[in-house]
Amino acid sequence: MSTSESRFNLYHYAAPQAFYPVAGKLAPVFAVIALVLTTVGLWISFFKAPTDAVQGEVYRIIFIHVPAAWMSMFVFLVMAFWSAIGLAMNTRLSALMAQALAPTGAMFCFVALWTGALWGRPTWGAYWVWDARLTSQLLLLFLYLGYMALVAAIDDPRRRDKAGAILCLVGAVNVPIIYFSVKWWNTLHQGASVSLTKAPSMATIMLSGMLVMAFAAWAYTIAVALYRVRVLILERERHADWVRGELARLGEAN
Amino acid sequence: MSAFSAILRRDMLLAWRSRADLLISLAFFVIVGCLFPFGVGAEPNQLRAIGPGVLWVAALLSCLLSLHRLFAQDHQDGTLEQMLLSPDPTVLWILAKVLAHWLTTAVPLLLITPLMALLFDLDGGAIRVLTASLAIGTPILSLIGAVGAALTLGLRGGGALLALLILPLFVPVLIFGAGSVDAYLAGTGASAHMLLLGGGVLGALALSPIACAAALRISTE
Repeated sequence: MSTSESRFNLYHYAAPQAFYPVAGKLAPVFAVIALVLTTVGLWISFFKAPTDAVQGEVYRIIFIHVPAAWMSMFVFLVMAFWSAIGLAMNTRLSALMAQALAPTGAMFCFVALWTGALWGRPTWGAYWVWDARLTSQLLLLFLYLGYMALVAAIDDPRRRDKAGAILCLVGAVNVPIIYFSVKWWNTLHQGASVSLTKAPSMATIMLSGMLVMAFAAWAYTIAVALYRVRVLILERERHADWVRGELARLGEAN
Repeated sequence: MSAFSAILRRDMLLAWRSRADLLISLAFFVIVGCLFPFGVGAEPNQLRAIGPGVLWVAALLSCLLSLHRLFAQDHQDGTLEQMLLSPDPTVLWILAKVLAHWLTTAVPLLLITPLMALLFDLDGGAIRVLTASLAIGTPILSLIGAVGAALTLGLRGGGALLALLILPLFVPVLIFGAGSVDAYLAGTGASAHMLLLGGGVLGALALSPIACAAALRISTE
């Protein structure tokens, strides 16, 4: 360990080779955090939270639905952030981070839509209604799919990273426009369950269950993105000496 | 400014020389519009209700059909790289190409829209609003579509990929475009929708050529 590395330097970890072992150390930590938080969150959701006065037991789907919906929107913002950094600073790792996050964001988007359908059937009487939030969530899923399709269609790594970044930024500019246009078009969804500006409209125990689940979703996303970015780094740098060494080591371990 | 008019004239001339291509996207618009009555039934009230939306969707798809040609030919014969190397601002000639695309694909579509609207039994006022909303809204389609066309330049499965990338972005235009006719028919007036579409044109005019220029540089490097 040389003295120059002892001082923490963020730019140092922008190199895939330097980030690879860090991601390897951090990913299991976040995986464990996710596991613990999910267990606690589900325990609160199913055993501690009281039955809802109006909707009965079915409301408990909120503990999966809302964290998934939050996460799907937040992940797109994080992808846009990495895309902007990648375009501005020309760092390879940023684009890889965005690409590592996309499948998880799309997964959460799908989970939010699916649980929403299961929730909508008993409460609204239909699996799907063309409501503003459902529709914008669906369009967000299309944006994720478009991003992943574009990234998958380009063979040249440099072009893939940059084209993906531009599409992600264009999408990020359009998300609020889509959201408000759809909202004006049709609204049936109940108001936001949690708001920072007004007192929460739900019991504290329900809120805490939902927040624990939200943090679990965060930890899960970080863990999965780190695992995925490690694979992407190995794929991208497969001609480098250190990757050959690493692959040989992995081969021996198995 | 001379680069702008030169590219505009060149693209218009090229489009005119291969006018069969223009007719194809126009015929596509007409046929898609005509398919809907077969699908949903020819009951006049229903046709009146879905007409504006159907024609807007047909316009979106017809625009999409012609978008992949926007840069493809210039990319194939190397003209695009020369234009990127030229001292003229990239944004300027991109705007010229987008304007040419709009003039050659959207304007014929606008001219035939009143005729198509008659097939859906829309009255005179609704036809005027529909045509006006298409006139204001279609430039947004060309502008946003140019970014998608630049990103997917020369990729396998380019056409379908382009649709996946930009159709979600077209949704606000569709909502306000088709909504303007509904608002007019409901008696609230279409001006709010028109103003929003106009704002969309200005926003897209400011942002999309920049994104398009960046995407073209990436696709050709």
